[in-house]
Formats: sequence, C-alpha cells, structure tokens
Amino acid sequence: MITHDLVILGTGPAGMAAATTALEYGITPVVIDEQPAAGGQIYRALESTPVRDRRILGEDYWSGESLIKGLKDPQIDYRPATTVWQLTRQREIGLLHDDKAEMICARHIILATGAMERPMPIPGWTLPGVMTAGSGQILLKSAGAVPQAPVVLAGCGPLLLLLATQYLRAGVEIAAILDTTPRNRYRAALKHTPGALRNASTLLKGVGLLRELRRAGVRHIKGVSALRAEGSGQLERVLWKQQGDDNWQTLETPTLLLHQGVIPNTQITRAVDCHHEWDEQQLSWRPRLDEWLSTDIPGIAVAGDGGGIVGAKAAAMQGQLAGLGAALALDKLTLANSTERAQPIRKALARDTAIRPFLDVLYRPAKQWRLPDDDTLACRCEEVTGGEIRRMAEMGCRGPNQTKSFTRCGMGPCQGRMCGITVSELLADANQQSVEETGYYRLRPPFKPITLGQLAKAAEEG
Amino acid sequence: MSRRVVVVGAGFHGCSAALRLSNQGYEVTVIDKAYAGRHASGVNAGGVRRLGRHPAEIPLAIAAWERWQNMTSIVGDDCGFRPVGQIKVAENNNDMAILNERERQVQNLGYHHEKLINRDELRKRLPALAGHCPGGLACDGDGFANPYRTVTAWRREAERQGACFREGIEITDIEPKGNGWRLSGGEEHFDADLLVNCAGAWSGELCKWLGEPVPLTAEAPMLMITERLSPFLGTVVGATSRPLSFKQFENGTVLIGGGVCGVVDIARHVAETRLGGLAENADTVVSLFPFMKEARIMRTWAGVEAVMQDHIPVIGLSSQHDNVIHAFGFSAHGYQLGPITGEIVADLAMEREPKLPITPFSIQRFQTPCPE
Repeated sequence: MITHDLVILGTGPAGMAAATTALEYGITPVVIDEQPAAGGQIYRALESTPVRDRRILGEDYWSGESLIKGLKDPQIDYRPATTVWQLTRQREIGLLHDDKAEMICARHIILATGAMERPMPIPGWTLPGVMTAGSGQILLKSAGAVPQAPVVLAGCGPLLLLLATQYLRAGVEIAAILDTTPRNRYRAALKHTPGALRNASTLLKGVGLLRELRRAGVRHIKGVSALRAEGSGQLERVLWKQQGDDNWQTLETPTLLLHQGVIPNTQITRAVDCHHEWDEQQLSWRPRLDEWLSTDIPGIAVAGDGGGIVGAKAAAMQGQLAGLGAALALDKLTLANSTERAQPIRKALARDTAIRPFLDVLYRPAKQWRLPDDDTLACRCEEVTGGEIRRMAEMGCRGPNQTKSFTRCGMGPCQGRMCGITVSELLADANQQSVEETGYYRLRPPFKPITLGQLAKAAEEG
Repeated sequence: MSRRVVVVGAGFHGCSAALRLSNQGYEVTVIDKAYAGRHASGVNAGGVRRLGRHPAEIPLAIAAWERWQNMTSIVGDDCGFRPVGQIKVAENNNDMAILNERERQVQNLGYHHEKLINRDELRKRLPALAGHCPGGLACDGDGFANPYRTVTAWRREAERQGACFREGIEITDIEPKGNGWRLSGGEEHFDADLLVNCAGAWSGELCKWLGEPVPLTAEAPMLMITERLSPFLGTVVGATSRPLSFKQFENGTVLIGGGVCGVVDIARHVAETRLGGLAENADTVVSLFPFMKEARIMRTWAGVEAVMQDHIPVIGLSSQHDNVIHAFGFSAHGYQLGPITGEIVADLAMEREPKLPITPFSIQRFQTPCPE
C-alpha cells in the first residue's frame, strides 16, 4: 500500500483551497473526488456547463474559476471520478476508479466532503415530480436542464431563493414559492443583524435575490404552515395552508422542488467514529474540531461545510487553515509560523461567518417540517414511516441502531444518509430525550456501494 | 440458599441464563457495559447450525435445535428462525474426501443429521452454484434466524419473569463480600450470592479477577450484506476449506461471512473491517456463485467474539469459587447454543447434575498441564 503525505477528499472550495495551500508549503497532495469535474456542489460542472450565459448562474458561481485553476497545478495528484468507499482510523483509504478497487494510505487527511440537503419529509415527498432544490440546481448546472414547468418551490433557505432567481433568468415559469419560514422568525433574527452586517455583501445579495423575484412578479406565499404533495403515480398538485388560515389551498403543478437548508455530510466522519456533537443552533450533527480543524482522530481533519455549515467563501478559508494544519502536522511549518500565517485567515473567517447566527435563526426549520407524520416515509430506501419509528420508541428503542435492527431503517442503498437525522430527531422527540443522548447510526463501510467482483479483484492484486 | 444472582453480560447467553434463573425464582440482575446484544449476539451471521460442530458440542447443538423448533412457546417470538437447511459445499475432490470422513465420524458417534450429497443432488438444491463443485454435506432442519431480534425476545421474556436489566454500566471491580460478591461499576454496587459470567469477549478480564485466567482472544469475524437480489438461494451455504457462510434472506439481501476476521479495538469496544479479508471473502463468493460478481455490497461490519484457544466454550462451575458459573467463549459459533445455556446455568445454580454433557467445557481444562 502506497503512503502519501496528504490526501484530500472532495474538490469543493474547501478541498481545492486546502490543496493549493498545502502545495505552497511543499506538500504535494493527492486530491480525490467522486465527480468527473472539480468544483463540488457550489461550482459543479463549472468547466463544462452548457449554461454559458454567465448572468443565469451568477457571479458567485463563476468566481470558482480561480480555485479550479489552482487545483489543476501539475504537482497536485488530482483524481476525479474516484469513489471513496472506506476509510479507517489508521488512515487507510479504499478507492474505486474505473471498476478497480485500490487501497492507499495517508499521513494526513483533510475531509472536505461538504454539505447535503436537510431532508424535508412532507406527505407525498416521494412522488415522482417532487425533488430537492439541490438536485434541480445540479440538473441546471451540469446539463442545462430544467424540470417540467410550471414549477413550485417550497421550503426556506438561501438556496431556494437562489434557484428561483436562476430559473427566472433561464426563463422557467415559476408558479409559486411557498415559504415555510415562520413569521416570528424575522423578528427573532433581527437581534443578530449586527453580526450579519459584518458580512454585508452576503446580506445584500440575499436582499437582491428577493427584490429580483418580486420585480418579476413571482408569487411568493409566506408563512406556509402545512404542505402536502398529491397525485396518482406522480405529482399533480401541491396543497398548503398559511398561518392563521385553516383552509387548504391548491396549485396544479408537475414539479415541486423542496429545500430547507443544508446540513454537514458526516457520513465519513461518523464511519471512522470521530466524536460528534449536536449543534442546536444549526439543528445538525457536526464533528468536534480543534483550532486546526482536526478531529479527535490523529491525522484526520475536516474543512468546509462537513464540519458545520459556513458557506462557500468561509469553506475556502477553512481549506487554507486545514492546509496550514497539514503543513504543521507534516513538519513543513513550525507552530509559530503556522499560527502567524493563520491569523489573517481566522480574522477573515470570523468576519464572513458572522452572518451565520442570523441565517441559522431565520431559516431554522420548524419541528413539523423535520418530523414526518405517522403515514409519511422517514426512510425512503426501506420504506419505514414516521409512525413505525414512533412505535419502535414505544417498544423501548432508545437509539437509531436499535430501530435499524427491527425495521431495517437506514440499511438501504443510501446508507442512512437520507433518514439519519430524521430518525435521530424522531426518536429524541418520542422518548423525550436530547438528540445527543439519542445518538446516530453506526455507519458501516462501504460508504458507496462496491460490487463483489470489484472487491474480489482487489484480493487478486493483493 | 443463594437467591441473588448477578449475570455479567446481556448477550444471548446472559439473557438465556437470566430467563432460566428467573423461572426458578432467583432474583436476577443482568449488567451490561453497553446494551443487550451490542456485540457478538446482536451482529453475528445468524446461523442456526448443527452441521460441522465439534464432537463435544453435538449433543448441546441437538438439544438447542429442539428449542429452536419451539421458540415461540419459550419467548413468544420465533426470532426469525427459518429451517431452510445448511450445506457445506466441496469445491474439489480433496474437499469431498474431507466431507466423506466427517460424515463417517459423526455417524460413528451415533448421529445422523449430517448427510453427504452428490453432484446431482447439490445441483438440484443449489442451481445457482458454479458447476465445478462435486458434492456437499447437508444438514436438513438447520437454518438461520435474526440475531438482534433473538436477544431482544429473550431479554423481554427474562424481564417478564422478573429479571432486571441494567445497561450502560461497566463493572470495574469485584470483591468477595460475606458468602457472595460485591460488584462495582459507575457509582453503583451490586451484591450477589451467585455470579454468572456471560461477558463474551470481556469474560477473560473477569476470570483474571477471579484468579483463574483463561486463553481467550477477542476476534472480529467480518460480515457483508448485498443489495436486494431476486431469490436464488434457499439454503445456507458454507465452504469446506475456505471460510464462507452465505445466505439469502426473504427480503433478497445476501449475507456473506464465515469467519474472516477484522481488527478488534478492545479499548474502544469496537471492531473494524479489513479490506484484505473482505476481498478474500468476495473472491470465494464469486468463484462459487459467478453471477454474484455484479452484486453491490451495501454494508460490511465485524462483531467482537470471544474465541478460546481450543475453539470450544467454557460452560460450568468456576474452579476457584463455588458461587461462580461461567458460560462464555463460544468462539464465534455460540448463537445456535443460546437457548440451552440458561438451562445448564440453572441446573448448576440449583446444584443439579446438568441434563447435557458439559465436562469437555470445564474451565479446569486450561489448568491441567497438557500431556504433550
């Protein structure tokens, strides 16, 4: 097994910045990415997108060009289209590329595996025609494809508004935006505006998106308190209620895009059993990290949204910080030197993330959007409903590893990525205990499915 | 008369002991450092197998098999037991000779549950098997069950009979107190007239404290499970000279195991899988069932098992103390025996001659110098 100094997983802003920073200090990193092209989710398909009208995806998207250029330095061993299916605490990494499984080892690892969308398990969320705003954006960026119009967007959070404006600019008909942000949230978020003003440009961008949508006359329905998708075999209509009104309202639509923010993708940090904590402000799990973004496992660090949601710009700064951390760990820099170089980055990071409390409070999804009702699926792979999880709690299941054994919840092809947070929160709620006490799935490799044939081949090649 | 019993370890054997002792009116407390069925008992391959047992284990396995038939009447749940049979497959003529010899040996002991089958019969029973296999050894009536469900059913029944389960308490000290023991863990103390050691991979530590060390190692047999496939396999399949255990569940997923081991991290109380071993196992599967090449693996894991030097368990009274009973070290094949452990422990507690022959499992075997 070959041992490399530094292996970085992921080529979003954090991964790319970590790679170029490490290179500055004489480390030649291996950068692994599952996607065929660099950029992560935020800069996905930047080099190949058919959407050449730069106005549609916006300047933030195109700002990823310089990071991608940095990643292409010939000294960086960049391996696209490579899946990581295993990582051990001894820092052995199982890779899969072109049908070939391989194991490599690293002295230092930076996980830059980013965020995933928070599931939004409303009644009917599994109907064909219902998808997430994130997947809608992937289609747009990578293939220039848009779903069948008119579309309805529902939920909350910056990405929902961004996608709406991108659709608007691309000429997609938007039937409505159903905003689930509770009305009192605007007032609650107000007290965090001083912090938000430290990152005024992001705040202004948000205001700009809202203005653009309003000017275009997009129907923006606020204070949505209940939501369901209906149709026989596929989505036909969306129904909702507004706060203070007990009547259902209806819109016929072939496409519903759901979104209620993003959460750290902790699949890999969980699988190696890093210490995780429940972040009550962001309502999500995150690995515990030190000042160099290292986990409690020696030689494994996390940069970017995977360690707690910070956004693309801050993720890149964290990538720089983790790159310095790698240089320190690999004896390329002294502690004094790396501390000195980290200082301006930490300062900029503090400024940029000052807007987080404001966003976290404003777009904090209410309980009814996080806990599916008894008839709604929590686990899509194994088709386990919210009701079944509640029954398991009544039977005495305190944590998700017990419900897993009884219901197979979380044991399907997505490996519990989609239902993990929902099941932890459901059990915590039903057992009236904290999410922290309830815990999370013990995750098992492979992180992504690998075939027996691919694995067997690895045996032959030793 | 000793009435208060503390069972250390809430695996299948601990739950079985708790149930049978409660049945007899003992006041039973089961203590587990994690939760019931956390390790070997909850995450094993679920094989219910008499096939290929060590000669000393055969009478126990046969008695246990009878309990498996009546599981619902014992604990109110069939524990997912499916008597689909088990077959050990020969991959070549050398394997066939080994199986032939095994059949003869078992029959000489007076048992007839293991039967040699020829190529045609093998083909009939396992149409998906690769053509090169010349035969196998079959045990009809064996099968598989659901491990975690089993532990839970036994634990529940023990609780209904009055046993008390204390989870998340790690015993850190044992000292004699009066005619019994005082166990301490966390901030708590537990007094017992009788101590039952069912602590699995952590039993060796207890034995050390009790002054009778045993050659026990913690091992971590690995398992992997595939995505759902169309039904192609009814019977549980093993190989003769390579580690393999292979079964398809009703939901279509295929479980692959057989004893290739991962890495135990005893300090963190967990086990990790090892690529090399998994790859070896995958290779065996693909050579026996070529079409499985395309099957995707969904999960791999390893459970922590107590393995004795001679690969058979310790069941019986302590050699040092008359108020300690051991039942541990089932060496990665204890699941099937779970139902009878409690009966033996109850017999010993009541100072009755156990109905099953347990002399070969005495802890004293490690204290007598070997003739060699």
